[in-house]
Amino acid sequence: MAEPRLPHRGTHPRRFDELGLDRALGDRLLPLLVAAMSFLAALTLAGAIAAAAVAAHWRAGAGRALTVQVPDPAAPAAGAAGSRDSAVLALLRSSPGIATARQLTGAELQALLRPWLGSDAGKLPLRLPAVIAVRLAAGTVPPAGLAARLAAAAPGVLVERHASWAGRIAALARSLQACAAVILLLVTLVAAAVVTVATRAGLAARREAIEIVHCLGATDGHIAGLFARRTRRLAGLGGLAGTLLAVPVLFWLGSLAAPFVGLGGGGAGSGGPVPLALLLALPVLPLGAGLIGHLTARITVRVWLRLLP
Amino acid sequence: MIRCEGVGLRYGAQGSAEILRDLDFAVPEGGFRWLLGHSGAGKTSLLKLLYLAIRPSRGTLRLFGTDAARAPRASLPRLRRRIGVVFQDFRLLPHLSAFENVALPLRIARRPEAEVRSDVSEMLRWVGLSGRLDALPAELSGGEQQRVAIARAVIARPSLLLADEPTGNLDEPQAERLMRLIRELNRLGTTVVVATHNEALVARHPAPALALDHGRLVSGG
Ligand SMILES: Nc1ncnc2c1ncn2[C@@H]1O[C@H](COP(=O)(O)OP(=O)(O)OP(=O)(O)O)[C@@H](O)[C@H]1O
Ligand SMILES: [Mg+2]
Repeated sequence: MAEPRLPHRGTHPRRFDELGLDRALGDRLLPLLVAAMSFLAALTLAGAIAAAAVAAHWRAGAGRALTVQVPDPAAPAAGAAGSRDSAVLALLRSSPGIATARQLTGAELQALLRPWLGSDAGKLPLRLPAVIAVRLAAGTVPPAGLAARLAAAAPGVLVERHASWAGRIAALARSLQACAAVILLLVTLVAAAVVTVATRAGLAARREAIEIVHCLGATDGHIAGLFARRTRRLAGLGGLAGTLLAVPVLFWLGSLAAPFVGLGGGGAGSGGPVPLALLLALPVLPLGAGLIGHLTARITVRVWLRLLP
Repeated sequence: MIRCEGVGLRYGAQGSAEILRDLDFAVPEGGFRWLLGHSGAGKTSLLKLLYLAIRPSRGTLRLFGTDAARAPRASLPRLRRRIGVVFQDFRLLPHLSAFENVALPLRIARRPEAEVRSDVSEMLRWVGLSGRLDALPAELSGGEQQRVAIARAVIARPSLLLADEPTGNLDEPQAERLMRLIRELNRLGTTVVVATHNEALVARHPAPALALDHGRLVSGG
């Protein structure tokens, strides 16, 4: 018996396209729209992560810093030996929770004052206070009663904490992150709506074929699976394209933001100008787009199929 | 196999006229019935009820022992796979080749691919289309399309075969050949209902008939 000629198309059952979905031109818009939304999502994600990084940087830096000003530093200390500035410095260094305390040199002071007083600050007949830069140990607050003890040794001493700034910046970062979450939610909803519309158009265009396959005993799950597979691929590819397009923009924005998160001048930390957290989060976008496409298409088709008996 | 009791069918809203009325009949397992009636009598509508494309508006329709009018929707695909249908308008999928159209029921039933290939090639050779496996429906003549539709209907060895004017586009020798295939399947145990206008064919193959007139059963009940 002669072996009959077998059609090439019949030999690929796993990719068998009974509804002609792979031939559909009308679906070209879907990856484009999903790409645009993934691009937005990538930028939003970058913004949220950058805000978090800036807040963390301030918490770690400014939040842990104190400045102590000692007016009339050379005068003798009250109730202790030595000058006021060395007494305050010694008190600070012996207090728990304080990592470092360092008195600024005269040159440093002049550098600080130069913008206000000009380059001749040193020659002015001003009695400059001593300035001591203090760093608290990580995760601690200034010891209770510190200001009072310092004032006892050197009346008129001024303790200034920068944490209020860090707090304000953290609050700003939190609200930026909340905005980002809302944007991501909206982008997800819009993506789902776009997939729903595209799927409904696809269903309407293939109504006849779907009815036939339904009549031959295909289950709702089978038909929905065909659409879901196709949409997952389109949305996933769109998501990938949008994310890849966002990467150069993120590097550019990252290089602008680097000085604010302590990555300036050659990139300390990991991931160059783009934070590691963002690099880890980006691959989630195409996967998420594919998942949204898959689930939305599946639900849309199943709802539509309930019109058939 | 098939049991209709007081079946009525209307398309569209409550209150519209019934296309089929008070149908009472039964077809035993392995039975053969002609389905006769003038154009518009309701033959296609009755077949649609039997292949579960629509549900009756009233009455009970039992298929394979299941009450098809009330069975949960999710249970219907399994019943449909046991039914082979030759549609009056063929209903081939236009983007699939003759081979793939005939393979469709087997693939929906997830038969192994080797079995699909050999069965489909054999079936298309039997209907005289072994040279046209790759042709799209639009590239086939009316008679060839009808033969593809017939091949698709019987490829999965259904327990119930419903054919709506299966010889409408065939010449007499081909119609005769098709009837012999159908009688052979029937002899092997398939229950068969064939709707036709072809009186010569009915005369050559005498068998019990369900005759419809304006949606009522006038004989065979
Ligand atoms: N989908 C539909 N919606 C409304 N009315 C319909 C529908 N299909 C058929 N009808 C009506 O039902 C009646 C019976 O139609 P049906 O197609 O069952 O007749 P038939 O016996 O198969 O005719 P023919 O021999 O011409 O194929 C006709 O009056 C037709 O107009
Ligand atoms: Mg008809």
